[in-house]
Amino acid sequence: MAEEAVTESPDLVHADGVRRRDFINIAAVSAAGVAGVSILYPLISQMSASADVLAASSTEVDISSIKPGQAIKGVFRKQPVFIRNLTPKEIAEANAVPVDSLRDPQSLAERTKEGKENWLITMGVCTHLGCVPLGAGEGESKGEFGGYFCPCHGSSYDTAARIRKGPAPKNLEVPEYAFTSDTVVKIG
Amino acid sequence: MSFPWAQEYKPANAFTQWVDERLPLPRLVYNAVGAGYPVPRNLNYFWNFGILAGLCLGLQIVTGIILAMHYAANAGVAFDSVEHIMRDVNWGWMLRYAHANGASAFFVVIYIHIFRGFFYGSYKAPREMVWLLGVTIFLLMMATAFMGYVLPWGQMSFWGAKVITGLFGAIPLVGEPIQQWLLGGFAPDNAALNRFFSLHYLLPFVIAGVVILHIWALHIPGSSNPTGVEVKTESDTVPFYPYFVAKDGWAVGAFAFLYCLVLFFFPNALGHPDNYIPANPMSTPAHIVPEWYFWPFYAILRAFTADFFFIPAKLMGVLAMFSAILVWFFMPWLDRSPVRSGAYRPLYRKAFWILVVDALVLGYCGGAPAAEPYVMISQIASIYYFAHFLIIVPIISAIERPDPLPYSITEAVLGKDENVPLSASPTAPFPGTQHPNAHGHA
Repeated sequence: MAEEAVTESPDLVHADGVRRRDFINIAAVSAAGVAGVSILYPLISQMSASADVLAASSTEVDISSIKPGQAIKGVFRKQPVFIRNLTPKEIAEANAVPVDSLRDPQSLAERTKEGKENWLITMGVCTHLGCVPLGAGEGESKGEFGGYFCPCHGSSYDTAARIRKGPAPKNLEVPEYAFTSDTVVKIG
Repeated sequence: MSFPWAQEYKPANAFTQWVDERLPLPRLVYNAVGAGYPVPRNLNYFWNFGILAGLCLGLQIVTGIILAMHYAANAGVAFDSVEHIMRDVNWGWMLRYAHANGASAFFVVIYIHIFRGFFYGSYKAPREMVWLLGVTIFLLMMATAFMGYVLPWGQMSFWGAKVITGLFGAIPLVGEPIQQWLLGGFAPDNAALNRFFSLHYLLPFVIAGVVILHIWALHIPGSSNPTGVEVKTESDTVPFYPYFVAKDGWAVGAFAFLYCLVLFFFPNALGHPDNYIPANPMSTPAHIVPEWYFWPFYAILRAFTADFFFIPAKLMGVLAMFSAILVWFFMPWLDRSPVRSGAYRPLYRKAFWILVVDALVLGYCGGAPAAEPYVMISQIASIYYFAHFLIIVPIISAIERPDPLPYSITEAVLGKDENVPLSASPTAPFPGTQHPNAHGHA
């Protein structure tokens, strides 16, 4: 009865038929919705990488001691990064593969810096489920394509660290990097 | 709700009467697990695994709260704090082994509980909600167990976390940002370890809440039973207390014996030795395996080695692994047979046992290296697994001719039921409604 009395009251109904109560209702629910989302945002955002984690995301490596055919493991973003000095034979092998036949088509030149084709710098993180592939360390299996081999699920990468066989969908990721001098490379 | 013949709670004295009028908690307990809850008289030992699962949850919460008093969730010291628990804390070794093996015990119990449900059709109307809540509990258990295994920060902890969060990286477009958001970084580190600890502490209490809903939903229609025939009269039931309290007590004793056998004599039999090596982000163990209770699902994940239409193999494996559990949610609607119990379903019964073997084969392959012949076997077993739920069960429920059901639980137990109507009594049998040996199946 009370509800009916309010709607019937001529003072509370404007000429366009909108009641004061409708306006208050929509305004209050909208405000609560906006407030809810703005409270949720920091609660979700806090889980993303914090400033100190992001700050540690570049690293400099001295590559002067890596001889052709050798590789080292560096650390970038708390993950291994492979820095490999390719031999002319390995470069030739990589260039001999027709790019179109690859699962993730990329040429060696696209994966290295101009004039530094012998320096293959990739993440040491298998693109399947994130294991560290073998092949960078002394005496480790390089797999049947002479690059890297992931022991977890058997992905094989070639001498340009491109995926050739196994479950991994992509080539080993090439991080952002630049040569600050002939012997120092800055990753990230 | 309960049956009309359920005994009514009567306060024993003026004090309990005073309490009952203000907060009828003793009445709730009486009606839930006391004499006020009539239970089918023919329940077999497979009906003890619900209480055992509850016991495991309690055990994990108690030992877990104690371990949290000594554990430090920091990537720098987590491994050392676990060794501190093992070597220095009074009884720390026992509490940690109790917690680690308690997780295994919990999964043994829950798998038997779930397969009990599959065999006896416990998921069928009117108990679909009990089933749906149960599958939800299982998913929460898996999340809790996974995050708990990360906490010791050994090699398997670290690489398990990396591989499992890597699964989210398989999601198209948003996968990588989601993975970094889950980890709070580019690889598992302090941020991930801390949040896993926080959630590992929280989720068991969420599970306890869903368990209460699970029991609540169960007590609306009452417990199912091995014949699948619903309770008709009082002679079909006995009060939960003292009958099933006593039987559950026996089961708890048997469980405790086996649990202590593992805890005190083979505490590391179910663990992986690599997890006693501190986490090293630079070196992957030669053979990453999850804990044994995840092996069947891990085998399904790894069974996808080639791209499937336009879906990458990695995403396909992830979808299949999650679908392997999500398909359970649809069981009440995939199985259309009006007969609940596998004891009266000759075809379904065979399919059930093949599924058990299939799950064991998947489990074995999931723990084996990712090499032939295990990959091929995983692929065949994965295809069969999904075929069971999506093809075999619906077809069986359409074409199967079930065995005749007993008239009632009483008849199944005693061989005769005085309440059998004339038309269905053994002296005036109707074809197809009676089975002279029906009690033999109970």
